[in-house]
Amino acid sequence: MSAFQVVDLTRFVPELLLGGCILFLFIGDLLVRDERKKRIFLTALALAGLASAAAAVIPTFWGNVQAALGIESYATQDIVAAFSGQVAFDPVATVFKILFLVITGVAIFTSLLSDELPDRHMGEYYALLLSITFGMFLMASANDMLMIYLGVELVSIVSYAMAGYRPRDKRSSEAALKYVIYGGAASGVMLFGISLLYGLFGSTELTTMHHAIVSWASRGELPVVDGVIATAKLFPLTVLLAIVFVFVGIGYKIAVVPFHMWSPDVYEGAPTPFTGFLSVGPKAAGFALLMRFFVGLFVADGQNGYAATDGFMAMAIDLPLPAMIGIIAAATMTVGNLAAIPQTNVKRLLAYSSIAHAGYLLMGFVVLSVSSLHAVIFYLCIYFLMNMGAFAVCQAVRDRTGGELLHDFRGLGKREPILAVAMVIFLLSLTGLPPLAGFVGKFYIFAAVIERGGYWYWTLALIGVLNSAVSLFYYMRVARAMFLTEPLTDEPLRAKRGYLALSTVLVVPVVVLGLYWAPVSESIRGSLAFFRSQPMSAAAHPSVVDVREP
Amino acid sequence: MAPNDYLLTLMVFVPTLGALSILLIKAIQPFLKRSGREIPVTFWRWLALGFSAVPLLLSVLVLQRDWIPGWVVALVPEWVVAEPGFVPGAGAQFVHHFVWIREFNIEYFMGIDGISVTMVILTALISFISCLAAFGITNKPAGFFVLFLLLETGMMGTFCALDMFLFYVFWEVMLLPMYFLIGIWGGPRKEYAAIKFFLYTMAGSVLMLLAVIALYYTSRPMPGIALALVDGTAAEHTFNLLRLAELGQAGLFAGADPILGVAFTKIVFIGLFIGFAIKVPMFPFHTWLPDAHVEAPTPISVILAGVLLKLGIYGMLRFNWSILPDATKWAAMGVAVFGAINIVYAAFVCMAQKDLKKLIAYSSVSHMGFCLLGMAACTPQAMTGAVFQMWGHGIVAPMLFLIVGVIYDRAHTRDIEGFGGLADRMPEYAGLTGFAFFASLGLPGLIGFIGEAMVFLGAWGAPTTMGTCFRTLVMVSATSVVITAAYYLWTMQRMFLGKFNEKWKDLNFTLTLRERLTLYPLAVFALFFGLFPLPIFELINPAVHLLVRIVVGTPSA
Repeated sequence: MSAFQVVDLTRFVPELLLGGCILFLFIGDLLVRDERKKRIFLTALALAGLASAAAAVIPTFWGNVQAALGIESYATQDIVAAFSGQVAFDPVATVFKILFLVITGVAIFTSLLSDELPDRHMGEYYALLLSITFGMFLMASANDMLMIYLGVELVSIVSYAMAGYRPRDKRSSEAALKYVIYGGAASGVMLFGISLLYGLFGSTELTTMHHAIVSWASRGELPVVDGVIATAKLFPLTVLLAIVFVFVGIGYKIAVVPFHMWSPDVYEGAPTPFTGFLSVGPKAAGFALLMRFFVGLFVADGQNGYAATDGFMAMAIDLPLPAMIGIIAAATMTVGNLAAIPQTNVKRLLAYSSIAHAGYLLMGFVVLSVSSLHAVIFYLCIYFLMNMGAFAVCQAVRDRTGGELLHDFRGLGKREPILAVAMVIFLLSLTGLPPLAGFVGKFYIFAAVIERGGYWYWTLALIGVLNSAVSLFYYMRVARAMFLTEPLTDEPLRAKRGYLALSTVLVVPVVVLGLYWAPVSESIRGSLAFFRSQPMSAAAHPSVVDVREP
Repeated sequence: MAPNDYLLTLMVFVPTLGALSILLIKAIQPFLKRSGREIPVTFWRWLALGFSAVPLLLSVLVLQRDWIPGWVVALVPEWVVAEPGFVPGAGAQFVHHFVWIREFNIEYFMGIDGISVTMVILTALISFISCLAAFGITNKPAGFFVLFLLLETGMMGTFCALDMFLFYVFWEVMLLPMYFLIGIWGGPRKEYAAIKFFLYTMAGSVLMLLAVIALYYTSRPMPGIALALVDGTAAEHTFNLLRLAELGQAGLFAGADPILGVAFTKIVFIGLFIGFAIKVPMFPFHTWLPDAHVEAPTPISVILAGVLLKLGIYGMLRFNWSILPDATKWAAMGVAVFGAINIVYAAFVCMAQKDLKKLIAYSSVSHMGFCLLGMAACTPQAMTGAVFQMWGHGIVAPMLFLIVGVIYDRAHTRDIEGFGGLADRMPEYAGLTGFAFFASLGLPGLIGFIGEAMVFLGAWGAPTTMGTCFRTLVMVSATSVVITAAYYLWTMQRMFLGKFNEKWKDLNFTLTLRERLTLYPLAVFALFFGLFPLPIFELINPAVHLLVRIVVGTPSA
């Protein structure tokens, strides 16, 4: 463990820029008097902050691209766990950071267009939004349980405020309150899990815990904390308990069954631009965190006397983690899809659909191989496009009709054909129909599960594809309302131009990535190759020579 | 590359181009309107017809070109005559092949062989004819033709694709246009029919997807079978259907690890088979078909019956029979039993129908049963009969649906009992209907007879290695010949003979030019290939016989 070094700050530039932008937003809020102008000014300011952060992140991403193109190998890139090993700066974090910045950019644009957010409060709104982005950055690169908790809480607490952002709206307030209660309980449980881990391993660092688990799995050595050796009988069970508790906290963030109850209400009550953001941003960050946590603890990287393998190293010591996650994944997609069927509110329907998608994504963590993690990141990139697109259309309809029920979508095909066609494309992509990007993402996930093979993996894949078929039904209910049923009025919707532009901008990559996705996929794969052989504090733990097969 | 290499790509994507250009023109329509110019409804029709004529013209080039008359030769570019046509028995031809997604060994691989060549021609022909039939669509014609042309791309692509991933993409591309074509332009219960079609096919295709991925990950290079991509890069796994067939025939999959406790080839066979059987449709997965057919507008029923049902049979031949011959042998008897159930059960259901379109729809189910029976028997005659039946049914069924469309457009009902004595007032229509009915029920000399007879003959002599009770099944199925004749003749009697229902006295009884243009070519085909099926046999036989030898020569799973 190294002490704080000033040089670490140079790697922290994107986050610092975001932080600076948040402060500027608060100040900028006070500078402009005219409310309409203020909205535009603040939007520009927030986008400028994002752009500057992106400018700081992209050079590090360039390494991924070069590696994907075979120009430069990762070995020449340096990887750092900065701030005393708390925060990791590696290619996979970079990929997520770029994803978060793009997501936030789209969310800022939808917020600008939205009628639900009053001009007066835009300063705080954007500042809070960027704070969430800041928190997501921390989640993506957290390398320590405390940093994980910090990231989760930063995102959560700000989200509570944002969910209740619609002034004098009872449902919005209800959403915020529900969110707080669920979130508070979940983070309490998570904190308890973290304290258990600390008690077991004497450290909150993922790296240290990883090495302890490696020694345990390969040589049966139990960790010694303050000179006391753990009890062999209770150790595995306690580790499992701690992991489950931590998983509760993360599972609530990504809304998996049974920690999903908050999400439909919050999605329905929160302002639509924020719902769109919530359904992809914090969710992606949650998955990034889950990746850090599971890979950091349980994936052997070929060092320290444990052969590098795909999947949970803990399999060797009988922690039923894959089974646990597999059951949760299956339950999540099934509950999400079945509950979505009877919904009449499109936002609520999309909320359940995003629960189902968390289930598909979680399948990647059952396998925990390079291809499955690659599939998860790739799918998150695509999922953001189609889900935010669907919410943007929803928002456009809401701004004009005042509602977001299926009823309000009736005849959209006639009233605003571009939006309606875009919506169909987003929904079909969510279903996973080729030649759209959503299919490729799902294909990669299923392929990763099947590649592993074995009875339970096949069962999981089967449940997954059948769920895909079920999901078609409710997505098509929206399409039916838009195209098949007679419109209540033939009057054009006259949605704001911005929505048309935004949905077009999001549709194009959904279609193009469905036809040719190699560049995106390969640059993500490149970043993962590095993740695997992460020499986290390798110097502190010189690798053991005798390599035993598990 | 030679021009021939682009032929299939053009046939597949020219309709897409058509769809895009319609969308583009639609997008600039408001500006035209502002300057005082209107786009007439007929414009969309002719544009779509033009774009669906291109694949038809190109499909002629698939055939041998030595018959092209001299005066045409002078007019067309030189390569049209200089390039060779389809050579039966020479494997995949007109190949267009390049690497698409390297990371997953996915290639863009188009080509046709003896199994798909007739289907590609059929798709081009039926699409063109149903496009002509779609001239009657007055509600949102531009949208209709956009979806229609996309559908044509999907169908054509599925028949041409020789890469498993590409096949799956095209297979799914068909679904959405079909959903909207039924759902927007269909009959009273269109929404129900459309979503039912979509869900059934989707449920089948997701099982197919699992099987596809399983085949991919199980494939690996074998001695003598290298799995290089087309540019020479070595690959660990492959989506290439021809390579997969080689691997399967070399026994790779027969020795693969079981899935969910069932032998690999068996469960993969079942996964693929259900996906395809839903499309065929095979009993008990057939219930979407009557709904979809009845509710779909006439041109779409034509496409459904003419092309979409063939995709199921084609998929079975291309995947199950070619890649998993051992499991095919294991399942043959079951497939044959389901085929016989299709034939007989659907024929009996036809007897009970009061709606003419529903009757035709069920007769399709019955006739697709012959394909299943013939494929399962796996003798040269039976298999040829099955593949010929795909062609024959593809000609007759569209004709039948067009005939239903003719009367429905006039009377706005399809109730058989509601008509009577029409023969007097509509002799031409009665004649064509009779002709189509006879062609469908298998009157010797017409196209339906060839397939049925060959399937019966071939299945009677099925080798015992394929199953033991083929003769019983043939006897059971043969009863359908009588039932089929009964329901068709009974329908003839109820609609065309007897007392004229005065309710219809104000109808326009003469056929329009458009109706004639769609019906007569099909009638000519039905007669020509009924008397002279040899051209089709020559195209398909080498490939079909090879497949038979492979399946028969492989020990059962």
